[in-house]
Amino acid sequence: MIRSLLSGDMPRSLPLALILGGILLCLALAPFLFPGVRTVDTAARICIFIVLVASYDLLLGYGGIVSFAHTMFFGIGAYGVALTSTHMGRGFDAIAIGALAGATLAAALALLIGLFSLRVRAIFFAMITLAVASAVAVLVSQLSGLTGGEDGLTFKTPRTLGPAFKFGKEVFDGTLFGVKLNGKLLAYYFVFTGALVLFLALLRVVNSPFGRVLQAIRENDFRAESIGYRVVYYRVAATCLSAAIAALAGSLYAVWLRYVGPDTVLSMELMVDILLMVVIGGMGTLYGAMIGATLFVLAQNYLQNLMGAASGLVEGLPLLPELLSADRWLLWLGVLFILSVYFFPTGVVGRLRGDR
Amino acid sequence: MSAAPEHAPTMAQATLAERIGPFMPVLLVPLLALAGFVAIMNPASWLTLTVSGLAMGMMIFLMASGLTLVFGLMDVINFGHGAFVSVGAFVGITVLMGLGHLTEAPSLMLNLGAVLLAVIGAMLATGAMGWAFEKIIVAPVYGHHLKQILVTMGGLIVVEQLIIVLWGPEEIYFNRPEALKGAITFAGAAIEKYRLVAVVVGLAVFAAMRWVLRRTKIGLIVRAGVENGEMVEALGYRLKLVFVGVFIAGSALAGLGGVMWALYQEVITAHMGNHAMILIFIVVIIGGLGSVEGCFIGALLVGLMQNYIAFIEPKAALISNIALMVTILMWRPMGMIPVVKAK
Repeated sequence: MIRSLLSGDMPRSLPLALILGGILLCLALAPFLFPGVRTVDTAARICIFIVLVASYDLLLGYGGIVSFAHTMFFGIGAYGVALTSTHMGRGFDAIAIGALAGATLAAALALLIGLFSLRVRAIFFAMITLAVASAVAVLVSQLSGLTGGEDGLTFKTPRTLGPAFKFGKEVFDGTLFGVKLNGKLLAYYFVFTGALVLFLALLRVVNSPFGRVLQAIRENDFRAESIGYRVVYYRVAATCLSAAIAALAGSLYAVWLRYVGPDTVLSMELMVDILLMVVIGGMGTLYGAMIGATLFVLAQNYLQNLMGAASGLVEGLPLLPELLSADRWLLWLGVLFILSVYFFPTGVVGRLRGDR
Repeated sequence: MSAAPEHAPTMAQATLAERIGPFMPVLLVPLLALAGFVAIMNPASWLTLTVSGLAMGMMIFLMASGLTLVFGLMDVINFGHGAFVSVGAFVGITVLMGLGHLTEAPSLMLNLGAVLLAVIGAMLATGAMGWAFEKIIVAPVYGHHLKQILVTMGGLIVVEQLIIVLWGPEEIYFNRPEALKGAITFAGAAIEKYRLVAVVVGLAVFAAMRWVLRRTKIGLIVRAGVENGEMVEALGYRLKLVFVGVFIAGSALAGLGGVMWALYQEVITAHMGNHAMILIFIVVIIGGLGSVEGCFIGALLVGLMQNYIAFIEPKAALISNIALMVTILMWRPMGMIPVVKAK
């Protein structure tokens, strides 16, 4: 049962299995284990980023293609839901149509970019996606009539997903284990279920023959072509698939935040975050995405305070307080990123599995 | 035994298209300028826009040339190239601000002297940084594109953050030297003086690069290395050393470009290099990776295109460069002047 759910891709290491199980359990029961607005918000962000990073890993880790447009696809999904919810009114139909339209548009755009850049050399793709993604980000902030510009869009999700909606009054007296049964709880489980389904679907994809061919192309594209696989088709298909899933993750994010804006869903910093999550967790395995996203989001939320404290400790020394201040945490992540690409390219998961 | 067939060579005249083909990229620049003229229909504005487009193109060329050569020679794709632009700008402007008595004097010579000192300072700093960057960041990942992209991107983040640590997170505004402010009027068109300086500097650097690459021994080795590195090494040249030299020179040029770009914008931020990278990538892709001439033409095209479109329809300016890139890649998938063939 578990084997078929995981598509035969078992953790293959006891510590890894325990960690993954722990993460899954914590996320599944987050509202009950860690009640509190901020912790539940963190858990929801972890769920969404796991899917986003896993879809990026399909490209980077399995396909060996570097893309800088992943936030663009994420943003397309988020804006899709935001726009339909704004114009069609709150409702699940608006969310479904927005998510579907976003995913379709993302896949179509990925197809276009992929077709004219991947046919020459895979590294063109990295540069072209960088250029296109930044153009789109600027365009979104310029077309303020449609997208709300820099301010973004605030919109309403269905009433059942809002904090004002209460249920279970008769049976549980409105609370369960001391947690209020309201729409926010439902929204969390909406996000959690969506993320879980998408993650399992991705797991299915990478462990299918298609995923195997992608890995072959990553290892030696010339040889894969000689065996008879059309390398370009496989790479373009992987790009489209990962773009569509990123867009769906974006839709989940929009539903959770009830807000979209260029800074939250389209910024270059988000792209850098995704890269860090993939590399730290481990490229070429979706469990790496799970661990990377969890570690990163937790660090982002809690490590910054720690750095601020450390900066306070060394106050008075030259330069050190500035190097350690909470705003400079990207500096240390950058260093960590370079070191992990050099010294353990297989990431946390590779280490735990005992791969080289 | 039958006789050998009659030797009958056919000397067909090459068609017009075949004869123009090789020069087509060079012709594109005047063609684009002409198209701009037709679209704008106002000689004075056209002249202003063309000069500013050329100036912008020259500056992009300065920043991009190092990247394209490094790629051509060693197959290294450096996503951290923008870091050199930022560092060059910050060092150069710091020097320039320290030389306040020279930049505020109303003498062209003193002003240019100050700018020259700033440029030298910036180029020394970015050259040294390029050397360190090559040693620490690039050297361990030769021949591995994926890791190169990731690691150099990481390097860019670290350098950007270090700039913020050293210079503070705020944008720094400053004034150009006195003699470079303002504009001259020529044929009814206002042309900023600084843009003329940028065009002259760009042309001079391009001419110097061409001379080094075409007329000197070291240029010969570099060109041969781009064409077939293994063969050059087999002949006994230490291509690795040449490469480090090219990397340092390319970084220094990016620093020069950074100073010029900063003086053009009159504001510097830690992220300016990262923003410039977008145009730089477009330029090296449409020029053909590894080709200095292609890079030059590509830069001019992008500069002109951006200025014309910004005048005609401001919101389309960004998309126009992407459209230009797509069109050129449809026409020549490897870029206008493809150099690196087999790698």
